[in-house]
Amino acid sequence: MFSEADLSAIWLTLKLATIVTILLMIIGTPIAWWLARTHSPFKGVISTLVALPLVLPPTVLGFYLLLAMGPNGFIGQFTQALGLGTLPFTFWGLVVASIFYSMPFVVQPIQNAIESLGKRPLEAAATLRAGPWDSFFNVVLPLAKPGFITAAILGFAHTVGEFGVILMIGGNIPDETRVVSVQIYDHVEALDYAQAHVLSLSMIAFAFIVLFSLYWFQGKRGVKVMKLGG
Amino acid sequence: MRFLNLVLGLILCLFFSLSASAERITIAVASNFTAPMKSLVAAFEQTSKHKVRVAYGSSGKFYAQIKQGAPFALFFSADQAKVSALIAQGLADEKSRFTYAVGRLVLWSNRDNLFLDGQHFLATDNYNKLALANPRLAPYGSAALEVLSSLGLLQQSKAKWVQGENIAQTYQFIHSGNAELGFVALSQVMRTGKVAHGSYWQVPSQLHQPIKQDAIVLNSAKNSAAAKAFISFMHSKAAKQIIAQYGYEHV
Repeated sequence: MFSEADLSAIWLTLKLATIVTILLMIIGTPIAWWLARTHSPFKGVISTLVALPLVLPPTVLGFYLLLAMGPNGFIGQFTQALGLGTLPFTFWGLVVASIFYSMPFVVQPIQNAIESLGKRPLEAAATLRAGPWDSFFNVVLPLAKPGFITAAILGFAHTVGEFGVILMIGGNIPDETRVVSVQIYDHVEALDYAQAHVLSLSMIAFAFIVLFSLYWFQGKRGVKVMKLGG
Repeated sequence: MRFLNLVLGLILCLFFSLSASAERITIAVASNFTAPMKSLVAAFEQTSKHKVRVAYGSSGKFYAQIKQGAPFALFFSADQAKVSALIAQGLADEKSRFTYAVGRLVLWSNRDNLFLDGQHFLATDNYNKLALANPRLAPYGSAALEVLSSLGLLQQSKAKWVQGENIAQTYQFIHSGNAELGFVALSQVMRTGKVAHGSYWQVPSQLHQPIKQDAIVLNSAKNSAAAKAFISFMHSKAAKQIIAQYGYEHV
Protein backbone atom coordinates (compact mmCIF):
# COMPACT_ATOMS: atom_id res chain seq x y z
CA MET A 1 0.00 0.00 0.00
CA PHE A 2 2.67 2.51 1.08
CA SER A 3 5.83 2.82 -0.97
CA GLU A 4 9.21 2.94 0.73
CA ALA A 5 9.37 6.70 0.18
CA ASP A 6 5.91 7.05 1.76
CA LEU A 7 6.96 5.07 4.82
CA SER A 8 10.07 7.17 5.21
CA ALA A 9 7.94 10.33 4.99
CA ILE A 10 5.53 8.97 7.62
CA TRP A 11 8.36 8.10 9.98
CA LEU A 12 9.95 11.52 9.50
CA THR A 13 6.63 13.25 10.16
CA LEU A 14 6.06 11.34 13.40
CA LYS A 15 9.60 12.10 14.53
CA LEU A 16 9.16 15.80 13.76
CA ALA A 17 5.79 16.04 15.50
CA THR A 18 7.07 14.23 18.61
CA ILE A 19 10.15 16.41 19.02
CA VAL A 20 8.22 19.61 18.34
CA THR A 21 5.50 18.64 20.83
CA ILE A 22 8.00 17.91 23.59
CA LEU A 23 9.89 21.16 22.98
CA LEU A 24 6.68 23.16 22.74
CA MET A 25 5.39 21.80 26.04
CA ILE A 26 8.66 22.96 27.65
CA ILE A 27 8.67 26.38 25.95
CA GLY A 28 4.92 26.94 25.84
CA THR A 29 4.10 26.21 29.47
CA PRO A 30 5.98 29.17 31.00
CA ILE A 31 4.58 31.46 28.28
CA ALA A 32 1.04 30.23 28.97
CA TRP A 33 1.60 30.53 32.72
CA TRP A 34 2.83 34.09 32.37
CA LEU A 35 -0.05 35.05 30.04
CA ALA A 36 -2.59 33.54 32.42
CA ARG A 37 -1.30 35.39 35.49
CA THR A 38 0.21 38.65 34.34
CA HIS A 39 -1.24 42.15 34.46
CA SER A 40 1.67 43.45 32.41
CA PRO A 41 0.91 45.96 29.67
CA PHE A 42 2.82 43.66 27.29
CA LYS A 43 0.28 40.86 27.67
CA GLY A 44 -1.71 41.98 24.62
CA VAL A 45 1.36 42.16 22.40
CA ILE A 46 2.72 38.76 23.48
CA SER A 47 -0.72 37.12 23.09
CA THR A 48 -0.96 38.57 19.59
CA LEU A 49 2.51 37.37 18.62
CA VAL A 50 1.75 33.86 19.85
CA ALA A 51 -1.55 33.78 17.95
CA LEU A 52 -0.19 35.23 14.67
CA PRO A 53 0.44 31.85 12.96
CA LEU A 54 -3.30 31.15 13.26
CA VAL A 55 -3.98 33.93 10.80
CA LEU A 56 -0.81 34.27 8.72
CA PRO A 57 -0.49 32.29 5.54
CA PRO A 58 2.26 29.69 6.06
CA THR A 59 4.05 31.07 3.02
CA VAL A 60 4.61 34.35 4.88
CA LEU A 61 6.14 32.56 7.83
CA GLY A 62 8.10 30.21 5.58
CA PHE A 63 9.38 33.00 3.37
CA TYR A 64 10.71 35.08 6.28
CA LEU A 65 12.13 32.03 8.01
CA LEU A 66 13.98 31.14 4.81
CA LEU A 67 15.50 34.63 4.75
CA ALA A 68 16.14 34.80 8.51
CA MET A 69 17.75 31.35 8.64
CA GLY A 70 19.82 31.96 5.50
CA PRO A 71 23.51 32.91 5.52
CA ASN A 72 22.63 36.63 5.65
CA GLY A 73 19.68 36.38 8.06
CA PHE A 74 19.93 37.01 11.80
CA ILE A 75 19.12 33.43 12.79
CA GLY A 76 21.55 32.19 10.13
CA GLN A 77 24.34 34.44 11.44
CA PHE A 78 23.70 33.14 14.94
CA THR A 79 23.67 29.44 14.00
CA GLN A 80 26.79 29.92 11.88
CA ALA A 81 28.56 31.61 14.80
CA LEU A 82 27.69 28.55 16.88
CA GLY A 83 29.27 26.39 14.19
CA LEU A 84 25.95 24.77 13.27
CA GLY A 85 25.78 26.04 9.70
CA THR A 86 22.42 27.25 8.41
CA LEU A 87 19.06 25.67 9.19
CA PRO A 88 17.07 25.55 5.93
CA PHE A 89 16.99 22.11 4.28
CA THR A 90 17.69 20.38 7.62
CA PHE A 91 15.48 18.44 9.98
CA TRP A 92 16.26 20.92 12.78
CA GLY A 93 15.24 23.78 10.53
CA LEU A 94 11.81 22.13 10.29
CA VAL A 95 11.76 21.76 14.08
CA VAL A 96 12.45 25.47 14.64
CA ALA A 97 9.86 26.51 12.03
CA SER A 98 7.22 24.15 13.45
CA ILE A 99 7.76 25.53 16.93
CA PHE A 100 6.72 28.97 15.68
CA TYR A 101 3.91 27.53 13.60
CA SER A 102 2.32 25.28 16.23
CA MET A 103 2.90 27.58 19.21
CA PRO A 104 -0.70 28.89 19.56
CA PHE A 105 -2.10 25.36 19.54
CA VAL A 106 -0.06 24.56 22.65
CA VAL A 107 -0.06 27.87 24.52
CA GLN A 108 -3.75 28.68 24.26
CA PRO A 109 -5.21 25.47 25.79
CA ILE A 110 -2.71 25.61 28.68
CA GLN A 111 -3.40 29.29 29.24
CA ASN A 112 -7.17 28.70 29.22
CA ALA A 113 -6.83 25.83 31.67
CA ILE A 114 -4.70 27.85 34.09
CA GLU A 115 -7.02 30.85 33.83
CA SER A 116 -10.04 28.71 34.59
CA LEU A 117 -8.42 27.50 37.84
CA GLY A 118 -8.65 30.96 39.32
CA LYS A 119 -6.43 32.23 42.11
CA ARG A 120 -7.78 30.20 44.99
CA PRO A 121 -5.86 26.91 44.61
CA LEU A 122 -2.58 28.81 44.48
CA GLU A 123 -3.50 31.02 47.42
CA ALA A 124 -4.42 27.93 49.39
CA ALA A 125 -1.10 26.34 48.44
CA ALA A 126 0.73 29.49 49.45
CA THR A 127 -0.90 29.52 52.90
CA LEU A 128 0.39 25.96 53.28
CA ARG A 129 3.86 27.34 52.51
CA ALA A 130 4.24 25.65 49.17
CA GLY A 131 6.98 27.23 47.04
CA PRO A 132 6.27 28.20 43.42
CA TRP A 133 7.73 24.97 41.93
CA ASP A 134 5.98 22.86 44.53
CA SER A 135 2.63 24.48 43.87
CA PHE A 136 3.12 24.24 40.11
CA PHE A 137 3.86 20.51 40.12
CA ASN A 138 1.45 19.50 42.89
CA VAL A 139 -1.43 21.92 42.42
CA VAL A 140 -1.53 23.50 38.98
CA LEU A 141 -0.35 20.54 36.92
CA PRO A 142 -2.89 18.01 38.30
CA LEU A 143 -5.77 20.49 38.18
CA ALA A 144 -4.99 21.80 34.70
CA LYS A 145 -4.09 18.36 33.31
CA PRO A 146 -6.84 18.30 30.66
CA GLY A 147 -5.49 21.56 29.27
CA PHE A 148 -1.98 20.13 29.02
CA ILE A 149 -3.24 16.98 27.31
CA THR A 150 -5.27 19.02 24.83
CA ALA A 151 -2.22 21.18 24.15
CA ALA A 152 0.01 18.19 23.49
CA ILE A 153 -2.51 16.51 21.19
CA LEU A 154 -3.22 19.67 19.21
CA GLY A 155 0.46 20.60 18.95
CA PHE A 156 1.28 17.12 17.67
CA ALA A 157 -1.60 16.93 15.21
CA HIS A 158 -1.03 20.41 13.86
CA THR A 159 2.66 19.70 13.25
CA VAL A 160 1.76 16.49 11.41
CA GLY A 161 -0.49 18.50 9.10
CA GLU A 162 1.96 21.29 8.42
CA PHE A 163 2.72 21.95 4.77
CA GLY A 164 3.34 25.50 3.61
CA VAL A 165 6.19 26.34 5.95
CA ILE A 166 7.95 23.06 5.23
CA LEU A 167 7.59 23.53 1.51
CA MET A 168 9.26 26.93 1.80
CA ILE A 169 12.28 25.90 3.85
CA GLY A 170 12.47 22.12 3.51
CA GLY A 171 14.02 21.55 0.10
CA ASN A 172 12.28 18.18 -0.23
CA ILE A 173 15.22 16.01 0.87
CA PRO A 174 14.34 12.32 1.40
CA ASP A 175 14.69 11.14 5.03
CA GLU A 176 15.59 14.67 6.10
CA THR A 177 12.81 17.12 5.19
CA ARG A 178 10.31 15.28 2.99
CA VAL A 179 7.33 14.87 5.31
CA VAL A 180 3.95 13.33 4.48
CA SER A 181 2.24 16.55 3.39
CA VAL A 182 5.03 17.28 0.90
CA GLN A 183 4.97 13.68 -0.30
CA ILE A 184 1.22 13.96 -0.99
CA TYR A 185 1.80 17.20 -2.87
CA ASP A 186 4.43 15.45 -5.00
CA HIS A 187 2.06 12.60 -5.82
CA VAL A 188 -0.73 14.98 -6.83
CA GLU A 189 1.49 17.21 -8.95
CA ALA A 190 3.02 14.17 -10.63
CA LEU A 191 -0.54 13.05 -11.48
CA ASP A 192 -0.09 9.91 -9.39
CA TYR A 193 -3.53 10.24 -7.85
CA ALA A 194 -3.76 6.62 -6.62
CA GLN A 195 -0.76 7.01 -4.34
CA ALA A 196 -1.97 10.46 -3.30
CA HIS A 197 -5.28 8.91 -2.21
CA VAL A 198 -3.57 6.29 -0.07
CA LEU A 199 -1.60 8.88 1.89
CA SER A 200 -4.35 11.52 1.98
CA LEU A 201 -6.99 9.13 3.26
CA SER A 202 -4.57 7.98 5.97
CA MET A 203 -4.12 11.62 6.97
CA ILE A 204 -7.88 12.18 7.14
CA ALA A 205 -8.30 9.07 9.26
CA PHE A 206 -5.50 10.22 11.54
CA ALA A 207 -6.96 13.72 11.94
CA PHE A 208 -10.43 12.32 12.59
CA ILE A 209 -9.24 9.91 15.26
CA VAL A 210 -7.16 12.57 16.99
CA LEU A 211 -9.93 15.17 17.09
CA PHE A 212 -12.64 12.67 17.95
CA SER A 213 -10.65 11.34 20.91
CA LEU A 214 -10.00 14.92 21.98
CA TYR A 215 -13.71 15.81 22.01
CA TRP A 216 -14.59 12.51 23.67
CA PHE A 217 -11.94 13.13 26.33
CA GLN A 218 -13.13 16.70 26.92
CA GLY A 219 -16.76 15.61 27.10
CA LYS A 220 -15.94 12.91 29.62
CA ARG A 221 -14.01 15.32 31.81
CA GLY A 222 -16.75 17.90 31.52
CA VAL A 223 -14.20 20.52 30.60
CA LYS A 224 -13.88 22.78 27.63
CA VAL A 225 -10.33 23.94 27.35
CA MET A 226 -10.25 24.41 23.63
CA LYS A 227 -11.36 27.77 22.39
CA LEU A 228 -10.02 27.23 18.91
CA GLY A 229 -12.91 26.23 16.74
CA GLY A 230 -14.10 23.94 19.52
CA MET B 1 -46.35 45.72 -30.12
CA ARG B 2 -44.70 44.81 -33.38
CA PHE B 3 -42.42 47.82 -33.05
CA LEU B 4 -41.45 46.79 -29.54
CA ASN B 5 -40.59 43.28 -30.80
CA LEU B 6 -38.44 44.77 -33.49
CA VAL B 7 -36.56 46.96 -31.03
CA LEU B 8 -36.06 44.06 -28.66
CA GLY B 9 -34.89 41.89 -31.51
CA LEU B 10 -32.43 44.53 -32.62
CA ILE B 11 -31.07 44.90 -29.11
CA LEU B 12 -30.63 41.17 -28.82
CA CYS B 13 -28.90 40.98 -32.19
CA LEU B 14 -26.60 43.79 -31.21
CA PHE B 15 -25.81 42.12 -27.92
CA PHE B 16 -24.95 38.79 -29.52
CA SER B 17 -22.93 40.25 -32.33
CA LEU B 18 -21.01 42.36 -29.83
CA SER B 19 -20.29 39.41 -27.61
CA ALA B 20 -19.31 37.38 -30.63
CA SER B 21 -16.89 39.98 -31.86
CA ALA B 22 -15.29 40.87 -28.52
CA GLU B 23 -14.84 37.87 -26.31
CA ARG B 24 -13.06 37.42 -23.05
CA ILE B 25 -11.23 34.15 -22.44
CA THR B 26 -9.38 32.81 -19.43
CA ILE B 27 -6.22 30.87 -20.06
CA ALA B 28 -4.07 28.75 -17.73
CA VAL B 29 -0.33 29.36 -17.94
CA ALA B 30 2.57 27.55 -16.26
CA SER B 31 4.15 29.98 -13.82
CA ASN B 32 7.62 29.76 -15.39
CA PHE B 33 6.14 31.61 -18.37
CA THR B 34 4.58 34.43 -16.31
CA ALA B 35 6.80 37.30 -17.44
CA PRO B 36 6.68 36.67 -21.20
CA MET B 37 2.95 35.93 -21.07
CA LYS B 38 2.28 39.32 -19.49
CA SER B 39 4.03 41.03 -22.40
CA LEU B 40 2.35 38.73 -24.91
CA VAL B 41 -1.13 39.45 -23.58
CA ALA B 42 -0.46 43.18 -23.52
CA ALA B 43 0.75 43.07 -27.13
CA PHE B 44 -2.21 40.95 -28.19
CA GLU B 45 -4.80 43.18 -26.58
CA GLN B 46 -3.38 46.25 -28.31
CA THR B 47 -4.29 44.86 -31.71
CA SER B 48 -7.29 42.71 -30.87
CA LYS B 49 -10.74 43.48 -29.53
CA HIS B 50 -10.64 40.29 -27.48
CA LYS B 51 -9.55 40.21 -23.87
CA VAL B 52 -7.38 37.55 -22.26
CA ARG B 53 -7.40 36.86 -18.56
CA VAL B 54 -4.51 34.73 -17.30
CA ALA B 55 -4.26 32.35 -14.38
CA TYR B 56 -0.65 31.50 -13.49
CA GLY B 57 0.17 28.35 -11.56
CA SER B 58 1.66 24.90 -11.66
CA SER B 59 0.80 22.65 -14.56
CA GLY B 60 -0.03 19.73 -12.26
CA LYS B 61 -2.69 21.78 -10.48
CA PHE B 62 -4.12 23.12 -13.73
CA TYR B 63 -4.39 19.57 -15.02
CA ALA B 64 -6.42 18.59 -11.94
CA GLN B 65 -8.63 21.67 -12.26
CA ILE B 66 -9.27 21.16 -15.97
CA LYS B 67 -10.28 17.56 -15.28
CA GLN B 68 -12.83 18.95 -12.85
CA GLY B 69 -14.23 21.34 -15.43
CA ALA B 70 -12.31 24.54 -14.76
CA PRO B 71 -13.35 27.19 -17.30
CA PHE B 72 -10.07 27.64 -19.15
CA ALA B 73 -9.98 28.13 -22.90
CA LEU B 74 -6.29 27.38 -23.42
CA PHE B 75 -3.66 25.59 -21.39
CA PHE B 76 0.02 26.55 -21.61
CA SER B 77 1.77 23.71 -19.83
CA ALA B 78 5.35 23.68 -18.55
CA ASP B 79 5.89 20.37 -20.27
CA GLN B 80 4.41 18.01 -22.84
CA ALA B 81 3.23 15.29 -20.46
CA LYS B 82 0.20 17.14 -19.03
CA VAL B 83 -0.98 18.11 -22.49
CA SER B 84 -0.72 14.49 -23.62
CA ALA B 85 -2.67 13.41 -20.54
CA LEU B 86 -5.49 15.88 -21.33
CA ILE B 87 -5.67 14.58 -24.90
CA ALA B 88 -5.81 11.01 -23.62
CA GLN B 89 -8.66 12.01 -21.30
CA GLY B 90 -10.58 13.45 -24.26
CA LEU B 91 -10.54 16.98 -22.82
CA ALA B 92 -8.62 18.60 -25.65
CA ASP B 93 -8.12 18.12 -29.35
CA GLU B 94 -4.72 16.78 -30.39
CA LYS B 95 -4.79 18.84 -33.61
CA SER B 96 -4.66 22.11 -31.68
CA ARG B 97 -1.46 21.18 -29.84
CA PHE B 98 1.69 23.23 -30.45
CA THR B 99 5.04 23.91 -28.78
CA TYR B 100 5.06 27.56 -27.78
CA ALA B 101 8.49 27.74 -26.15
CA VAL B 102 11.61 25.74 -25.49
CA GLY B 103 13.18 26.44 -22.13
CA ARG B 104 16.89 26.91 -21.59
CA LEU B 105 18.70 25.81 -18.49
CA VAL B 106 21.39 27.74 -16.61
CA LEU B 107 23.50 26.95 -13.60
CA TRP B 108 23.22 30.10 -11.52
CA SER B 109 24.58 31.48 -8.27
CA ASN B 110 23.64 34.65 -6.44
CA ARG B 111 27.36 35.28 -5.81
CA ASP B 112 29.41 37.16 -8.36
CA ASN B 113 32.60 35.54 -9.65
CA LEU B 114 31.90 32.17 -8.09
CA PHE B 115 32.46 30.38 -11.37
CA LEU B 116 32.75 30.90 -15.10
CA ASP B 117 32.74 27.29 -16.18
CA GLY B 118 29.89 25.59 -14.36
CA GLN B 119 30.86 22.09 -15.44
CA HIS B 120 34.31 22.47 -13.93
CA PHE B 121 32.99 24.11 -10.77
CA LEU B 122 30.43 21.35 -10.20
CA ALA B 123 33.18 18.77 -10.53
CA THR B 124 35.25 20.43 -7.78
CA ASP B 125 32.39 19.76 -5.35
CA ASN B 126 33.27 23.05 -3.66
CA TYR B 127 29.78 24.27 -2.75
CA ASN B 128 27.27 23.74 0.06
CA LYS B 129 23.98 22.98 -1.69
CA LEU B 130 22.86 22.45 -5.26
CA ALA B 131 19.27 23.54 -5.88
CA LEU B 132 17.18 22.00 -8.61
CA ALA B 133 13.48 21.75 -9.32
CA ASN B 134 11.90 18.47 -8.27
CA PRO B 135 12.67 16.21 -11.29
CA ARG B 136 9.46 14.29 -10.73
CA LEU B 137 7.34 17.43 -11.13
CA ALA B 138 9.22 20.00 -13.16
CA PRO B 139 10.70 19.65 -16.66
CA TYR B 140 13.59 21.93 -15.64
CA GLY B 141 14.28 19.51 -12.80
CA SER B 142 14.44 16.45 -15.01
CA ALA B 143 16.63 18.39 -17.46
CA ALA B 144 18.98 19.24 -14.56
CA LEU B 145 19.09 15.56 -13.71
CA GLU B 146 20.05 14.68 -17.28
CA VAL B 147 22.80 17.31 -17.22
CA LEU B 148 24.29 15.92 -14.01
CA SER B 149 24.13 12.45 -15.41
CA SER B 150 25.68 13.52 -18.75
CA LEU B 151 28.54 15.10 -16.79
CA GLY B 152 28.93 11.99 -14.66
CA LEU B 153 28.24 13.98 -11.49
CA LEU B 154 24.93 12.44 -10.47
CA GLN B 155 26.11 10.34 -7.55
CA GLN B 156 28.68 12.86 -6.37
CA SER B 157 26.20 15.74 -6.19
CA LYS B 158 23.18 13.87 -4.85
CA ALA B 159 23.93 14.47 -1.18
CA LYS B 160 23.92 18.22 -1.80
CA TRP B 161 20.59 18.48 -3.61
CA VAL B 162 17.77 20.63 -2.39
CA GLN B 163 14.63 20.42 -4.47
CA GLY B 164 12.13 23.18 -5.07
CA GLU B 165 8.61 22.14 -6.01
CA ASN B 166 9.08 24.23 -9.15
CA ILE B 167 11.74 26.51 -10.63
CA ALA B 168 10.31 29.58 -8.88
CA GLN B 169 11.04 28.03 -5.52
CA THR B 170 14.39 26.75 -6.72
CA TYR B 171 15.27 30.31 -7.67
CA GLN B 172 14.19 31.43 -4.17
CA PHE B 173 16.57 28.92 -2.54
CA ILE B 174 19.50 30.27 -4.54
CA HIS B 175 18.53 33.93 -4.40
CA SER B 176 18.28 33.85 -0.58
CA GLY B 177 21.81 32.40 -0.47
CA ASN B 178 20.68 29.20 1.23
CA ALA B 179 21.89 27.20 -1.74
CA GLU B 180 25.10 28.45 -3.31
CA LEU B 181 24.09 27.47 -6.80
CA GLY B 182 21.47 25.61 -8.75
CA PHE B 183 19.73 24.93 -12.03
CA VAL B 184 17.05 27.42 -13.02
CA ALA B 185 15.51 28.65 -16.24
CA LEU B 186 17.49 31.23 -18.17
CA SER B 187 14.30 33.28 -18.32
CA GLN B 188 14.33 33.68 -14.53
CA VAL B 189 17.74 35.31 -14.28
CA MET B 190 17.41 37.48 -17.37
CA ARG B 191 16.41 41.11 -16.99
CA THR B 192 15.92 43.16 -20.14
CA GLY B 193 17.72 40.69 -22.35
CA LYS B 194 20.73 39.72 -20.23
CA VAL B 195 21.65 38.00 -16.98
CA ALA B 196 21.49 40.72 -14.34
CA HIS B 197 23.84 39.51 -11.63
CA GLY B 198 25.58 36.58 -10.00
CA SER B 199 27.53 33.84 -11.75
CA TYR B 200 25.97 31.78 -14.48
CA TRP B 201 26.80 29.04 -16.91
CA GLN B 202 24.45 28.41 -19.74
CA VAL B 203 24.13 24.67 -20.00
CA PRO B 204 24.99 23.40 -23.51
CA SER B 205 21.75 22.16 -24.98
CA GLN B 206 23.19 18.80 -26.04
CA LEU B 207 23.51 17.83 -22.36
CA HIS B 208 19.76 17.39 -21.96
CA GLN B 209 16.56 16.78 -23.90
CA PRO B 210 14.94 19.99 -25.12
CA ILE B 211 12.54 21.46 -22.54
CA LYS B 212 9.50 21.72 -24.76
CA GLN B 213 6.48 23.54 -23.39
CA ASP B 214 3.22 22.69 -25.13
CA ALA B 215 -0.09 24.52 -25.34
CA ILE B 216 -3.49 23.20 -26.32
CA VAL B 217 -7.05 24.38 -26.92
CA LEU B 218 -9.47 22.86 -24.42
CA ASN B 219 -12.73 21.38 -25.65
CA SER B 220 -14.86 24.11 -24.08
CA ALA B 221 -13.17 26.70 -26.34
CA LYS B 222 -13.28 24.72 -29.59
CA ASN B 223 -15.41 27.38 -31.26
CA SER B 224 -14.07 30.44 -29.50
CA ALA B 225 -12.96 33.22 -31.84
CA ALA B 226 -10.81 34.76 -29.11
CA ALA B 227 -8.96 31.49 -28.54
CA LYS B 228 -8.31 31.18 -32.27
CA ALA B 229 -7.12 34.78 -32.48
CA PHE B 230 -4.77 34.39 -29.53
CA ILE B 231 -3.24 31.21 -30.94
CA SER B 232 -2.61 32.77 -34.32
CA PHE B 233 -1.01 35.69 -32.49
CA MET B 234 1.24 33.22 -30.65
CA HIS B 235 2.50 32.01 -34.04
CA SER B 236 3.23 35.54 -35.23
CA LYS B 237 6.70 37.01 -35.59
CA ALA B 238 5.96 39.65 -32.96
CA ALA B 239 5.07 37.00 -30.40
CA LYS B 240 8.17 34.93 -31.19
CA GLN B 241 10.34 37.98 -30.71
CA ILE B 242 8.86 38.59 -27.26
CA ILE B 243 9.36 34.94 -26.31
CA ALA B 244 13.02 35.07 -27.34
CA GLN B 245 13.60 38.25 -25.33
CA TYR B 246 12.71 36.36 -22.19
CA GLY B 247 15.31 33.65 -22.68
CA TYR B 248 13.21 31.00 -24.39
CA GLU B 249 13.75 29.51 -27.78
CA HIS B 250 10.77 29.37 -30.05
CA VAL B 251 9.92 26.68 -32.52
